[in-house]
Amino acid sequence: MSLELKNVEKKIGLDTHIYSTNLKLEKNTINILLGPTLSGKTTLMQIMAGLDKPTLGEIWFNEKNVTGMKVQKRNVSMVYQQFINYPNFTVYENIASPLKITGVSSDETKQRVGKVAELLKLSGMLNKKPNELSGGQQQRTALARALVKDSDLILLDEPLANLDFKLREELREELPRLFEDRDCIVVYATTEPSEALLLGGNTATLQEGKVIQYGKTLDVYNKPNSLLSAQVFSDPPMNITKIKKVGDNCSFLDDSVNWKSKINIRDGEYKVGIRPHNITTYKEGSNSLEIKGKVLISELSGSESLIHFTKGDLNWVSLSNGIVQKNVGDEMNLYMNADEFIYFDHNERLVTNG
Amino acid sequence: MNKTINQKAWFFVIPVFVLVAFNAIIPLMTVVNYAFQETFGNNVFMWEGTRWFKQIMLSERFHASLGRQFLFTFIILFIQIPLGIAIALTMPKEGVGVPVCLVLMSMPLLIPWNVVGAMWNIFALPDIGFLGHSLNALGFDYNFTQQIGDAWFTTILMDVWHWTSLVVLLSYAGLQSIQPAYYQAAEIDGASRWAVFTKIELPKMKKVLTIAILLRFMDSFMIYTEPFVLTGGGPGNATAFLSIDLVKMALGQFDLGPAAAMSLIYFFIVLLVCWVFYTLMMRNEGNQ
Repeated sequence: MSLELKNVEKKIGLDTHIYSTNLKLEKNTINILLGPTLSGKTTLMQIMAGLDKPTLGEIWFNEKNVTGMKVQKRNVSMVYQQFINYPNFTVYENIASPLKITGVSSDETKQRVGKVAELLKLSGMLNKKPNELSGGQQQRTALARALVKDSDLILLDEPLANLDFKLREELREELPRLFEDRDCIVVYATTEPSEALLLGGNTATLQEGKVIQYGKTLDVYNKPNSLLSAQVFSDPPMNITKIKKVGDNCSFLDDSVNWKSKINIRDGEYKVGIRPHNITTYKEGSNSLEIKGKVLISELSGSESLIHFTKGDLNWVSLSNGIVQKNVGDEMNLYMNADEFIYFDHNERLVTNG
Repeated sequence: MNKTINQKAWFFVIPVFVLVAFNAIIPLMTVVNYAFQETFGNNVFMWEGTRWFKQIMLSERFHASLGRQFLFTFIILFIQIPLGIAIALTMPKEGVGVPVCLVLMSMPLLIPWNVVGAMWNIFALPDIGFLGHSLNALGFDYNFTQQIGDAWFTTILMDVWHWTSLVVLLSYAGLQSIQPAYYQAAEIDGASRWAVFTKIELPKMKKVLTIAILLRFMDSFMIYTEPFVLTGGGPGNATAFLSIDLVKMALGQFDLGPAAAMSLIYFFIVLLVCWVFYTLMMRNEGNQ
């Protein structure tokens, strides 16, 4: 089983919503579409589902061209950011609704709904109506509706975005388990890098209607093919600075920071991307570099401290474990782990050894 | 919770209170005053107790006009609500058609009631009116000034013309607030158009439809100006709805006591029906 997009393009009027895209999603995988709002995630999903037709290109499913085939014939299910359930149906009727239309026997329906309800912790509320449930439970009901059907393709469009923080964390942890042992392709759209890392699988980074990179989630995270991909896959935003390299010696352009590079690339100017959690208030790793900065904002997020600081005319973000409180305007020393630097050339493409 | 006491707040309440007193409470109390007493003018009153109420409740004339009133209200609700929903469903959801439709729909609502009555009176006149003349030319024996059926037909047609737009606009607002994802989810399920209507659109429109039915019930139950100008309650008493009958009794015959009693009964009927209806419609809404 596989889902393949071949040169898919979507235009509405003169606006291009999706630029020519090639993607091949394999069976039993979870595929994350990661990108900011308006990057084309939803449009891409609707094209995958058959809710929308591509302007150009083809969609192949199981080596069959399904471009233009109606969504009802495609055995897909979808979960939305909004909690979409039939308002007048009970939770049971809602979950059973996809089975009813395909004519599954009532015994089997009962058994399958029971199983999914248990998986999603809805067993106690099968007789309630959606508006009597909390947001989290409403979304669980919508998820159950998507899972009950044995779809070939399950699309989840930012399913956790409308939930409050605690419910989101809770459901997020359960999600990978829900898709285990399922003979289907899962596509999951999100704006949050942490969600992609948690779900694993494959990730496609998107920006303004273009797929920038597609591959195993950890590979995309660790080896972004471009600065853009790295930026999409970094929250808080990645720090970027220009450096120069002469022989083994690398340094910031103002010579304030110097280090020996282990990377075997030509001499010249590069851009370096540094993820916020690689700049900390304490030394980490063997290749730790000191950087002086002036505190702009210092904020706590759970047990982590986010310090925004300025150095030169750039704004930087650092993320340290533990609680560090600084006053605005304080001068402070931070430490960067040079082993985690990601180097990009002047075209903002990743540079690697050789 | 600790509330601070601040008597200055009364200054904000008093103007509204005075206003409501002058336009609602004082006139209502005057009516209550008349309903329990007999007067021959000169500010001389005699206590009559519940006599007028008994008289009205037992009067065949009141039963007849109340019956006509319920029949009329029932018929126009039965036509306007489904028709309003149907029109709202066919209206465009985006593009230039939206403002065009909205403006066209609002037009009948903007015309003063007595003008509506006068317009339809002239429109329906059997000899010179476009509608009346055309119907007669087509071979129908139509004369709303003389035939009871024709008078009802014209009054109902006029009310449908005047007020269906209100139901359309409310239904349209309800429909517009349904997120597109609902329709997509139904499409994925393979739900039929009818299922989309009954399982998504109707439940989602429930609240605005409740308001629409309530407003149409109240307005049609208190209808006065339009039938008064169109038919004057005739032929005979065929279209003398409650309010027309009430005015005839109060100002035509100058039976102030019975008329006051009737208007109080009338008031309580409207209140009761609205309350029962609203309670029933909202019963299953939970804590929302």
